[in-house]
Amino acid sequence: MINFLILPILVPILTGILLLFLPRHIYLQRWISAISTFGTVMVAASLVQKVYQDGIQTLDVSSWEAPFGITLVSDMLSATLVLTTSIIAFLCILYSCFSIGEARERFYYYPIVQFLVVGVNGAFTTGDIFNLFVFFEVMLMSSYVLLVHGGTKIQLRESIKYILVNVISSALFVITVAYLYSVVGSLNMAHISERISEVEQNGILTVIAILFLIVFGLKGAIFPLYFWLPGSYYAPPTPIMALFGALLTKVGVYSIMRTYSLFFYHDYEYTYGILIFLSLLTIILGVIGAIAYMDLKKIIIYNIIAAIGVILFGFAVMSLDSVAGSVYYIVHDMIIKAALFLIIGIMIKITGTSNLKKMSGLIKRYPGLAWTFFLAAVSLAGIPPLSGFFGKLLIIRGGFTEGFNVGAEIVLFSSLLILFSVMKIFIYGFWGEPRSYPEDEKTPVKSLLIAPVILVIISILMGVGSEAIFPYISLAVETLLNPDIYIDAVLKE
Amino acid sequence: MEILMAFVIGMLFMSATYLMLSKSLLRIIVGTGLLSHGAHLLILTMGKVKRGAAPLLGEKASSYSDPIPQALILTAIVISFGVTAFFLVLAYRTYQELGTDNTEKLRGTEGND
Repeated sequence: MINFLILPILVPILTGILLLFLPRHIYLQRWISAISTFGTVMVAASLVQKVYQDGIQTLDVSSWEAPFGITLVSDMLSATLVLTTSIIAFLCILYSCFSIGEARERFYYYPIVQFLVVGVNGAFTTGDIFNLFVFFEVMLMSSYVLLVHGGTKIQLRESIKYILVNVISSALFVITVAYLYSVVGSLNMAHISERISEVEQNGILTVIAILFLIVFGLKGAIFPLYFWLPGSYYAPPTPIMALFGALLTKVGVYSIMRTYSLFFYHDYEYTYGILIFLSLLTIILGVIGAIAYMDLKKIIIYNIIAAIGVILFGFAVMSLDSVAGSVYYIVHDMIIKAALFLIIGIMIKITGTSNLKKMSGLIKRYPGLAWTFFLAAVSLAGIPPLSGFFGKLLIIRGGFTEGFNVGAEIVLFSSLLILFSVMKIFIYGFWGEPRSYPEDEKTPVKSLLIAPVILVIISILMGVGSEAIFPYISLAVETLLNPDIYIDAVLKE
Repeated sequence: MEILMAFVIGMLFMSATYLMLSKSLLRIIVGTGLLSHGAHLLILTMGKVKRGAAPLLGEKASSYSDPIPQALILTAIVISFGVTAFFLVLAYRTYQELGTDNTEKLRGTEGND
């Protein structure tokens, strides 16, 4: 079936529309959205298998031929990311059923989550630069609503900042697409890539490359453009925070990887030089934030920023090893960040505070929670049997062999400080004398723990079975390093 | 013609930036409006403002103006309508709840020790 690759977009959008009609039937909403997101996971998994067997899948929407219509393209990178997105969305919905509260569920919470998944899956799958903008807006609109959903004071205040930053970056995206259109006269990504390699990369195209870096850097929170993230991600409730932390910034990172590997690889020294410089500063700033705070949410939020730096550094080095490392690491990071956010959400629910100094001794009463957190934390830092290790290993090896010694050392040293920042949570939160908390008895810890435990199991399997998933990763790396494969698949030459 | 348009768009971006750096929330929203006007005019200009008939096949002209930028602008306009409407209601709610439209006062210290 040639329409197969549109299903990860179509299933959530139809579910979202259906759920709009059932705002009062909360049980029905929960069951429908859980079942359909599970269906999305199944569809995405078989899409990955199909791409693995038959090569890149393309679909010319409405049968208009490639450069003239909108083309949807699913190569291994986007298929893997769609699968990861669907898994995270499924588990976050599972978590929401027990934690988000009826007041929010009544006001279209589940449909909006479905629309967020539509935006993210669409942005990963599209092969048209303006269509990418539209899917970005679908994703951002849902994220605005989710961020302010519930209307507490802190959410109102932070939404204003978040929306303003994203309105500006969206306008900048439109402007950049306009410049690119006037230079190359096409919107199809494969066709743009072909045209750019015909004229080589001259000055104006390098300017457009940097403009794209600014646009996607604002979405993906890289060094000078990350300022909005710590405040905005602090405001919403846990499952929304987990969705944001796992998905939204990674779409920006994916777009940088896609545009840079496909369009702007001609002037490597300059464009990739800037990318490496900024990614290293992102790591440093993220790590400084992560060790500075004694607040659960802030620590994990700054860890997002540090991980984005690591992924982009691996990508920008552009060797076989390091790109494989960063593809592996982006999947690992999405899963483990969702797990960590969900776990600290449970801790905050039990203790009623996110301040580490006001909690201690949780391991006595909640050993399951404690050990799940411990596994997630060591996986984040990159301890060998777990999933964080292989990505970083490949990135660092690529960095050293390509001569980026300082960069590789920064990545190594940052792991140490990231380990310190999460162990701080473990030591202050779980060790020590047990205290009693007001919400102690009411929290359904067992059912809340299902989603993060599944995520941690996935992370362990990714680490232990890295040999099995490596063929898939190397297929993704192949397209990133040779844009011709992508172009041939889309334009069918 | 493109040069004139470039100057006008530049002025729009300049005023938008100035307004968005001010303290009052409503001025900021007016700024975002100007910014999207600038962006939309820029798409139109970048598609080349050549003389040609409106892109309707009934015109039977020898050359038409480029239809793609017009489609892009139409999409971008409705998207920015949606976002602006949401933003305005959000500003209204924030004014009701927090009692200020001064962005300097929209600060908080919850949980950051």
